[in-house]
Amino acid sequence: MHELPVTQGMLSIALEHAERAGAKKITAINITVGEMSGIVDDSIQFYFDFVSKDTPAQGALLTFERVPARFHCKACDEDFSVGDNGQWACPHCGAWSVEILAGREFYVDSIEVE
Amino acid sequence: MKIPIVEDILSANDRLAAENARLLADQGLLAVNVMASPGAGKTSLIVQTIDALRDHTRLGVIEGDIASRLDADTIQALQIPVVQINTGGTCHLDANMVHGALEQLPLDVLDLLFIENVGNLICPTDFALGEALKVMIASVPEGDDKPYKYPGMFAAVDAIVVNKIDLLPYVEFDLAGFRQLVTGLNSGVQVFQVSCTTGEGIAAWADWLLGKTTDRMAANQT
Repeated sequence: MHELPVTQGMLSIALEHAERAGAKKITAINITVGEMSGIVDDSIQFYFDFVSKDTPAQGALLTFERVPARFHCKACDEDFSVGDNGQWACPHCGAWSVEILAGREFYVDSIEVE
Repeated sequence: MKIPIVEDILSANDRLAAENARLLADQGLLAVNVMASPGAGKTSLIVQTIDALRDHTRLGVIEGDIASRLDADTIQALQIPVVQINTGGTCHLDANMVHGALEQLPLDVLDLLFIENVGNLICPTDFALGEALKVMIASVPEGDDKPYKYPGMFAAVDAIVVNKIDLLPYVEFDLAGFRQLVTGLNSGVQVFQVSCTTGEGIAAWADWLLGKTTDRMAANQT
């Protein structure tokens, strides 16, 4: 539900870096999104078409690189990914005692400009 | 031409949150971000805590809601400084909204500030406000399975207040299992059991919070 402010934040980062590089047009924005960030790609794309209108980023291609959630089990010391059941339980020992290693990322990785 | 950036999209919020945190620390003021689903008892817990602590410390409240100022009116009736934020549809408070609210509060005469977030167990975890403590309320009628469904929230908080324990005889809620699950997800978390209706357990929660408030004030004086 908060994709609009997030899309504006993403756009302003891209525009700032493009201007600094003296670029006239942004052709692509590459975004890294952790599985647990709760960000919906389609929704970002939907808002982007509105907020980028009449900016150098209008028409830019958005690409999303998804980072799967990874956990470290504090009970048995094994690392694991969230299974299809979406649970945070350790598949090795069943404990719900985890440290999050990856999956919360949400950043502009790079832009492509002309 | 490709330009590498690697800049967090929420960094603007994080920068503002850090500014809020500095402002609050300079005033020796402890800010508590109160999160929960709608109806879990956020305002009720704040009202009970005001009642328990108002003779011991100086409290203020920021109320966050999509719409209305019902909660602010409740707090104002207690003669406690309060600012209502209406997010107009946004599912969480952000650092910028809180920054605006801080400007309207008499920070120099406050020691403990509650920031009541929008009722939601998902989005508020991603938006730092500049708070010193994150607290969530889990109420008994919601069921004991919520940590399975919203683990991100349960893992992010400093304290979990289990509210409406007066309803335990009528609702299936495995308190021991719940405690075991949340301390697994979040080993340092404090768990309190209260009823805002009967007042049971409020004293232990309020004492803990007063200790944190006093620590913050002492840190500011050294």
